[in-house]
Amino acid sequence: MMVERRPLLDMLSHAVLLVGVLVVAFPVYLTFVASTHTAQEIIQAPMPLLPGDQFLHNYEAALTGSERGPGSGAPVARMMWVSLVSAVVIAVGKIAISLLSAFAIVYFRFPFKQVVFWMIFVTLMLPVEVRIFPTYQVISDLGMLNSYTGLTVPLMASATATFLFRQFFMTVPDELVEAARVDGAGPMRFFKDVLVPLSATSIAALFVIQFIYGWNQYLWPLLVTTNENMYPVVIGIKRMIAGGEAAQQWNLVMATAMLAMLPPALIVIFMQRWFVKGLVDTEK
Amino acid sequence: MGAISLRNVVKRYGFGPKANAVIHGVNAEIENGEFVVIVGPSGCGKSTLLRMVAGLEEITGGEIAIAGRVVNDLEPSERDIAMVFQNYALYPHMTVFANMAYGLKIARVPEAEIRTRVDKAAKILELGPFLQRKPRELSGGQRQRVAMGRAIVRQPAVFLFDEPLSNLDAKLRAQTRLEIQKLHGELRTTSLFVTHDQVEAMTLAERMIVMNAGRMEQIGTPDEVYHRPATTFVAAFIGSPPMNLVRGVTEGNGFTAGGQLLPLAAPAPRAGDLVLGVRPEHVELSFDLKASGWPLRVQALEMLGAERLVYGTLGETLFTARLDATAPHPKVGDIVNIGVTPEHMHWFDAATTARVGA
Repeated sequence: MMVERRPLLDMLSHAVLLVGVLVVAFPVYLTFVASTHTAQEIIQAPMPLLPGDQFLHNYEAALTGSERGPGSGAPVARMMWVSLVSAVVIAVGKIAISLLSAFAIVYFRFPFKQVVFWMIFVTLMLPVEVRIFPTYQVISDLGMLNSYTGLTVPLMASATATFLFRQFFMTVPDELVEAARVDGAGPMRFFKDVLVPLSATSIAALFVIQFIYGWNQYLWPLLVTTNENMYPVVIGIKRMIAGGEAAQQWNLVMATAMLAMLPPALIVIFMQRWFVKGLVDTEK
Repeated sequence: MGAISLRNVVKRYGFGPKANAVIHGVNAEIENGEFVVIVGPSGCGKSTLLRMVAGLEEITGGEIAIAGRVVNDLEPSERDIAMVFQNYALYPHMTVFANMAYGLKIARVPEAEIRTRVDKAAKILELGPFLQRKPRELSGGQRQRVAMGRAIVRQPAVFLFDEPLSNLDAKLRAQTRLEIQKLHGELRTTSLFVTHDQVEAMTLAERMIVMNAGRMEQIGTPDEVYHRPATTFVAAFIGSPPMNLVRGVTEGNGFTAGGQLLPLAAPAPRAGDLVLGVRPEHVELSFDLKASGWPLRVQALEMLGAERLVYGTLGETLFTARLDATAPHPKVGDIVNIGVTPEHMHWFDAATTARVGA
């Protein structure tokens, strides 16, 4: 790597980075500050910029739903649970389905294989929103509204992950497949003993991406959940804010927002090493 | 144990008139315990043939039998073979032990038995200290030995080697060659070994198959192949520098090549269009120009340490002679006489390229 001594350039780049950090971090900080005051303190102008003493009270109230404001007052703990289950099911389901479909596309000869591949590939270009009404109709007719199945299944099929695994499988040397054949490993045995362990880093990276994707779902849960009991936390925040002139419990909204941000952040922090490894190197 | 029979084995890719044949009916009988090397230039079909024996390529026509059992429709794992791949094909996420044990585990060999067999193979190959390592922590030579170990533990009827030495450096290659020889001496398992390297072929083979363009040109011991090549291709392929080949017409005691009449000490096996083959080491040079000699115009010299190569033209044909380094040698531009004793002359039919006479 080239190392240069240019103090001015150093200062400039640090300044740019600092501004960037502020732009990203300041709203998060404000949210945190707001979540530690009473609702009255927040609506004063100027808003306090230092944390207050209501931390425990606000978070407890949010988690248990013990203080009903003008909007929905469902307990956030339940919402977090719904979000967690949905995100994990979506991530695991996506990975499982994508691994298997990529395995089929790369290692098996079957009629219309190319057609199938291109059909999967084309869906990459169709966002969920495009097919959201027909999907809603199907889920509704199947009676899956307000259920984990309804929240997760329609989001599971993933062209992106299938494509990623396909690309990875294509880099696995043919000789490895042949060695497994000579060793007597059948297709599923090869899949389980060789391909999946080799894909471990890609799987970890995808898990991070898909967990966050699942956690942050907004539009779809908004349609399929009408029961407070099945709100994911992202929807919960929206429902806590009632329309009109009523006094909002901003402190609780902010505490909920902080809670909603926590799991994705934790996932990224703890899986960062794997995540980067999965995106950068392929161990073969 | 493991005799291998190849009966009119054919490989074609594609169908109908567009079909592209790469193996044109190979016949060979490999006896139990034999070490046979298949050698040929790249693209001659030698790897394809090996992979057909392994069951990794389908057999388009003919029959392959291993230990008396036709294996055409059997999976590789059912053929009682083990294969060593060019790039070793070790499972990167498994330890050396797991790599060697994997096939046995699938075959449901009892745990204790697996351990005994792997330990035994590790001992033979001196892999003991590395059993718990991953392949990426090993050197090329060690990986190569793991690949061999994986083959040994299966105790197959036949070992198949697909250019297993080509990724090693020259020194390690020579050493591994000796190890393979020693191993074969101990195990006496039928082995089929593919290489493009004629030194490997000559040193390892009990018998060798020389292939060219999907056809088997010759099968025989290294001695036979070197001293009695069956075709001009074999003559030119085996031996370095290659055999001199001069095309001409024979009549009585004369051989006319490139418009030049070369007298022969003994008549050629038959009259007509023939190719004369002479190994460079069988060329005798003499500095006194006699009418009965063949004039060689010297164009280049190469000193190789123990020997010296003399390149020249005989009429219009390039011709190489190999001299002892201490023998007197000509200079570039000299014209010298070359002589070859009749028993060192090889004759081939010019049209069919097949050997003529003894």
